[in-house]
Amino acid sequence: MKKTIVNDIDFSRYNIKNEVRYSYKTEKGLSKKIVEEISERKNEPKWMRDFRLKSLEIYESKPMPTWGVDLSQLDINSIVAYLSPDAKLKNSWDEVPEDIRSTFERLGIPEAEKKALAGVGAQYDSEVVYHSIKDNLAKQGVIFEDMDTALKKYPDVIKEYFMTKNVTPNDHKFAALHGAIWSGGTFVYVPENVKVEVPLQAYFRMNAPGTGQFEHTLIIADRGSEVRFIEGCSAPQYAVSNLHAGCVELFVKEGARLIYSTIENWSKNTYNLNTKRALVDKDGVIEWISGSFGSHKTMLYPASVLRGKGAKSEYTGVTFAAKGQHLDTGSKMIHLAPYTSSKVLAKSISKDGGITNYRGLLRIGPNAEGAKASVQCEGLMIDEISRSDTMPIIEVSNDNVDIGHEAKVGRISDEQIFYLMTRGLSEDEARSMIVRGFVEPVAKSLPLEYAVELNRLIKLELEGTIG
Amino acid sequence: MKDNLLEIKNVKADVDGKEILKGLNLTIKRGEIHAIMGPNGSGKSTLCNVIMGNPHYTVTDGEILFEGENIVNLKVNERAKKGIFLSFQSPEEIPGITVDNFIRTSLNAVTNKNMPMLQFAKSMKEKMDMLDMKPEYRTRYLNVGFSGGEKKKSEILQMAMLNPKLVMLDEIDSGLDIDALRVVAETVRKLKTEDMSILIITHYNRILDYLEPDVISVLAHGRIVKEGDKNLAKELEKTGYESILDEVLS
Repeated sequence: MKKTIVNDIDFSRYNIKNEVRYSYKTEKGLSKKIVEEISERKNEPKWMRDFRLKSLEIYESKPMPTWGVDLSQLDINSIVAYLSPDAKLKNSWDEVPEDIRSTFERLGIPEAEKKALAGVGAQYDSEVVYHSIKDNLAKQGVIFEDMDTALKKYPDVIKEYFMTKNVTPNDHKFAALHGAIWSGGTFVYVPENVKVEVPLQAYFRMNAPGTGQFEHTLIIADRGSEVRFIEGCSAPQYAVSNLHAGCVELFVKEGARLIYSTIENWSKNTYNLNTKRALVDKDGVIEWISGSFGSHKTMLYPASVLRGKGAKSEYTGVTFAAKGQHLDTGSKMIHLAPYTSSKVLAKSISKDGGITNYRGLLRIGPNAEGAKASVQCEGLMIDEISRSDTMPIIEVSNDNVDIGHEAKVGRISDEQIFYLMTRGLSEDEARSMIVRGFVEPVAKSLPLEYAVELNRLIKLELEGTIG
Repeated sequence: MKDNLLEIKNVKADVDGKEILKGLNLTIKRGEIHAIMGPNGSGKSTLCNVIMGNPHYTVTDGEILFEGENIVNLKVNERAKKGIFLSFQSPEEIPGITVDNFIRTSLNAVTNKNMPMLQFAKSMKEKMDMLDMKPEYRTRYLNVGFSGGEKKKSEILQMAMLNPKLVMLDEIDSGLDIDALRVVAETVRKLKTEDMSILIITHYNRILDYLEPDVISVLAHGRIVKEGDKNLAKELEKTGYESILDEVLS
């Protein structure tokens, strides 16, 4: 009997497989025809269709990346780029088809919405099936829409911001792929000086095997506003590869503050090749909270471009890789203006042969006079067969800066396990305790609900599967 | 006469393929304070590790009976649950886990039940007062940045909370100044119940002044070579181990 196991979590809640009922899906693979089909089906303006086709060209012209994780087994030609569930977008859970609704219920979304969220979007495969925002926010001018609807309702704004000045299709191969076949996602606009005190959440669920999810998130926090956005993702386990290549573009205007949290728990057959970037203006603040637990392979490096004087970024990340997983994660902090500051705290854990890498960039440009930055990244390996590495790159082009940096990788020692076992803990409980202690500095800085979920996932990984 | 709590019968043990214990026999009675003395490298710490079940050490022969049951094949935590406690010479640091959290988890694991929070807090305070430990100690990470003395006190605090049947104090006197040694030793004495046995591993006599042993055994070359009462310690202090070894080996 293991007393410390939390009994109230059921890992199977992430693994619900519904029968795949779709109203429309494209052929496997990628072609001009498929891209045109998606655009036509969505009834998009010509400029978006052209943008998609241009992105496809860029995608085709770029080679597969050969750094980071091994992508040689990822076969785009076996992936269904677009699969629309047999469900229309609703703003009442009662109208969402029963099987889809019950999936989100088991993931706790409607319940969280009632208790603690100001708005929720729920995407199922390629389309958003539920979207709702509290009336009081809508009255204050807050826009919270699924991206396809936003494109119809606010074409000028989307045209101005969508992959034009933040992430662009030219950035890398998977940003181009995203530009070509993006579908779903969220658009948030918070007007000047509006403070959204309760978080907004988007949940992305992949249900069908062998598909891709390419949701686009665009958030504009206007001057002096505040907003917290939570992103959750999961998928059931399949034998074939799924691909997630989302894109997150954040605009933090002067004096605004945006907290962007993610708990990623993709199934272990998913390639997660995601792009996230925030452009931060004068005195603006971006805070990234990033938990990466799932996926087969991940490449994810949320970037903060601190382009206004006094802009600030914090990145707090936990990455956990078990058997068959290779998670290459980190943070990019680009200081372009004076008195900008950034702080990175990243912890990664690997077990059962899993691989984690911290790959980060801290760049201090010539104009970033008086910038302050600290990077702390640590990897913990739970056993002899797991791997962990840190690759924090630091480039400094200004002498008047204050930089702190610490990177270390360690393994749980037999002596530590023995010590804890002499106090009555089983070997698994001992490991779990060491890991909990290891992530404690991160857990402490997280919102409570998030910290609880983090501890649950750690317990699940360590005590639920070993021995 | 009290029954035997621990009986070690002809135990041989290896570490990294090298035999350290070479047929060791030792009996500890319930309630007894038993000191083991001996030269460096004689196997004193190995003995503690073997009793505790450290997987780094392999028992190749013999039996270890605890309350009559052979525990040689039990895991470390199972032995802890039976009431065996080892106070470490230099305990491991566990970053991120507070003393409080650690002891509560440990107590719940050993007793297999959850002690109510208030009762736990009260019990901790009482024991920490005895050890002259400040309350903020509870929220520090286990052994991280602790001085030698603080580590030893932390070990004794754990012992006090877990209330084991057999306490092994592995060089509890090393790294302690005289005042701290007195506090630690006196606390152990106060905490000792009639049924608790204590095995003290030490080089020095000072701790034996506070914790008067009923029996002193001398360990050398992987065996117990001599047994006596508390006067044996004084004798050793005068003559050193050499004379005993000469006497035994001749």
